[in-house]
Amino acid sequence: MIKLNVNGKPRSVDVEGEMPLLFVLRDHLGLLGAKYGCGIGACGACTVHLDGMPVRSCSLPVAQAVGKKVVTIEGLSAKGMHKLQQAWIDHEVPQCGYCQTGMLMSAAALLAAKPVPTDADIDQAMTNLCRCGTYTRVREAIHAAAKPTAKKVGA
Amino acid sequence: METTRRDFLKVSAALGGGLALEFSFPLTAMAARGQTPAEVNAWVVIHPDDRVVVRIARSEMGQGTQTALAQLVAEELDADWSKVSTEFASPNEHIRRKRIWGSMSTGGSQGVRSSQDYVRKAGAAARLMLVEAAAARWKVPAAECIGANSVVTHAATGRRLRYGELAADAAKLTPPSNPPLRDPKDWKIAGKPLRRLDIPDKVLGKPVFGVDVVLPGMLHASIAQCPLFGGKLKGVDAAVAEKMRGVKKVVREADFVAVIADSWWRADQALKKLAIEWDEGADAQASSESIMKLLRDGLADPKLASARKVGDADTALAAAAKVIEAEYHSPYVNHATMEPQTCTAWFKADGTLEVWTSTQNAEASMAMAAETAGLPLEKVEVHKPMLGGGFGRRGAPQDFVKQGVLIAKAMPGTPVKMMWSRAEDMQHGYYRPASLVRMKAGLDAQGNVSAMQVGIACPSILALLRPEAIKDGVDFTAVRTLSDMPYGIPHQKIDYAMRNPRVPVGFWRAPGLQNAYYRECFIDELAVAAGRDPLEYRLAMLKPGDKNRLVLEAVAKAANWGGPLPAGVHRGIAVSDGFGSYTAMVAEVSVSNKGELKVHRVVSAIDSGYVVNPDTCRAQSEGNIAFMLGATQYQENTVAKGRMVEANFDQFRLLGLAEMPKVETVLVPTGGFWGGHGEPGALCVAPALCNAIYAATGKRIRSLPLKHHDLRKA
Ligand code: FES
Ligand code: FES
Repeated sequence: MIKLNVNGKPRSVDVEGEMPLLFVLRDHLGLLGAKYGCGIGACGACTVHLDGMPVRSCSLPVAQAVGKKVVTIEGLSAKGMHKLQQAWIDHEVPQCGYCQTGMLMSAAALLAAKPVPTDADIDQAMTNLCRCGTYTRVREAIHAAAKPTAKKVGA
Repeated sequence: METTRRDFLKVSAALGGGLALEFSFPLTAMAARGQTPAEVNAWVVIHPDDRVVVRIARSEMGQGTQTALAQLVAEELDADWSKVSTEFASPNEHIRRKRIWGSMSTGGSQGVRSSQDYVRKAGAAARLMLVEAAAARWKVPAAECIGANSVVTHAATGRRLRYGELAADAAKLTPPSNPPLRDPKDWKIAGKPLRRLDIPDKVLGKPVFGVDVVLPGMLHASIAQCPLFGGKLKGVDAAVAEKMRGVKKVVREADFVAVIADSWWRADQALKKLAIEWDEGADAQASSESIMKLLRDGLADPKLASARKVGDADTALAAAAKVIEAEYHSPYVNHATMEPQTCTAWFKADGTLEVWTSTQNAEASMAMAAETAGLPLEKVEVHKPMLGGGFGRRGAPQDFVKQGVLIAKAMPGTPVKMMWSRAEDMQHGYYRPASLVRMKAGLDAQGNVSAMQVGIACPSILALLRPEAIKDGVDFTAVRTLSDMPYGIPHQKIDYAMRNPRVPVGFWRAPGLQNAYYRECFIDELAVAAGRDPLEYRLAMLKPGDKNRLVLEAVAKAANWGGPLPAGVHRGIAVSDGFGSYTAMVAEVSVSNKGELKVHRVVSAIDSGYVVNPDTCRAQSEGNIAFMLGATQYQENTVAKGRMVEANFDQFRLLGLAEMPKVETVLVPTGGFWGGHGEPGALCVAPALCNAIYAATGKRIRSLPLKHHDLRKA
């Protein structure tokens, strides 16, 4: 049994320690927000937080998540919506949406570390890939959410 | 004619268990909860509390068709937009009701433009029926009542009835046959940048994509297809894999092996432990070079198919003051949808089959599932989850459905979800065809083009996916943009060499768009040879009133063509029509001394006739630009030893956020026709970019991707 803390709740799963966290979340815990895109850490569709840091869960053996706090898109905001999610809606960021949960998790980690990021900060932190090409709006939405006037919804 | 509602319920109940009813027939489920919404017509369902559900037949893959179609229906229905939601029409019901929702196919930028007429009529008919129902209740002439904002009002007496109060009565009326439609200039809901209906869920990670389907007792499958196109499975030693944790079964089919396990990762781990022997087939030595040779030999064929012949190009070329000649090439490119191909199938105890798949054509999925399972269509239901991108991959080829059904067939009674690994997705695409084009133009003394001779060697998408559409040896997707140039060139000879190596080719966003790259870069070469400005040169060849001309003028104005630019920044321009619309683009780039390219700004103008949701159209423009900047700079799928080389995003590079230029989209809808948005915005990216690179460096880029070129100044 592997004991995890996911979105603030203790969870036990009977899986191999080398199973990547992504598949534990998706196939064993029913948390389907994080997506499989490449399986090699190249796209970021599987991004979740591990003790607040963005990690690519497809390339993280679940054993390494033990004793740490895992947060997925489902737990990004305890109540309501994270201000990034609101900004994402305001700027109509998603197209197909497949990469967007990973985008949001990366952006949330960026804002936690740098409440008012510059364009260069965004360039550096947002290495998630989007086949639909939502990048212009991702940048705009992060800037909007970083403004002190950004609507705080929930968390 | 139509299946009656009662029959429909009977059939759907016979079709599957409670879960299936919940999933595919929400109406039934809602009726069970005592809310009894009324189906006013196939497109419009209205609840007693006024909620309107618009049925959507096309797929939503990020392009925004779901919202745009709902806007068109709601406009004519004159619904309160805040009460409008959508549901995807059931493919099985579609067949049973004699294809009542028109086409379910979602490609060719057709989603809105080729269903706008009948969905608007459905909305208008529903409004007239609601008005008639109110008039009957009040015993007044229908002409004295109006339906607006989800309420019917009798002006003379001020009486009002909500659509929700009228829907059940309206549903019983005979629909008007040809309801008049609103003039787009009076639109209140359509034509407005309304928020997309799918976005709030998407930021919460809520939508169910194909890969997110979960069913009771479901198992997972990972698949290995024969790496050689046309190859077959010879044998497989599964001794190790079969003993691995969670593994339930190894499935052997003609050209693939799959492992079924209790999680996808376990299935995939076991798959890697299989010792598979393939019968490699006849093409084991195919390579990008051998395919290039095939194309080159094709151009030398004395008997090419004629795609266009005007005047006498040979004689005109012989008489030309100057002859310019160039050869261009572009590679195979994969769709690489962010969600890999996936299909969940369930052979149920009652003899029916249910399938969940990310598909651009649910009807084609259903046909493939039925054929593969050997079941009549009525026994098959296809559910359409959200698509993690499409770009043409999930339409005509339904290979993933065939595999999903074959895999589940090995586990009757148990739902099995198959997901391709990224490597499978990268190496088993239906690629944008590689092609080779030779162009020759004659210029007169003033530099005007008197003749053009073009040879196009290109694998045929239609030969593989729609052979009946080939005419006189010509695949229009291979020759378009060159065979239908808007330019006034008096002598033209456009020939086509169909050469079909085994690499599967398919409809990749804006099929044929490589020809826009060839044509618009070559026109630039001619402008340079003539010593003329590339914008002026093009305009001089376009008739007054040609919409290509109009978008060129619009983009030139927006980009301030000819105006000053920051030091080191240079512009390129291109124009092309396609997919019902007209587009022109200006790219602004700089190239460093080390040859590093930076794209600063892209300005895109598009005339699609009408615009149903301007914000979605802008998003498509941005997406097209990102898609094509990645393809033009980095992407190719290389063939070696009969198989595709690139296996993942580390070898097949997508554009990144940091590289995304500023985008300005100018929408210039001129009305009178309906054009698309999903693809037209992709047409001009490569040529505008390469023409800007020429302006910056003097280097003419005649093959893609750019990563193979040294961009340091010539
Ligand atoms: S799926 Fe994890 S980085 Fe792509
Ligand atoms: S929104 Fe489709 S991949 Fe990013």
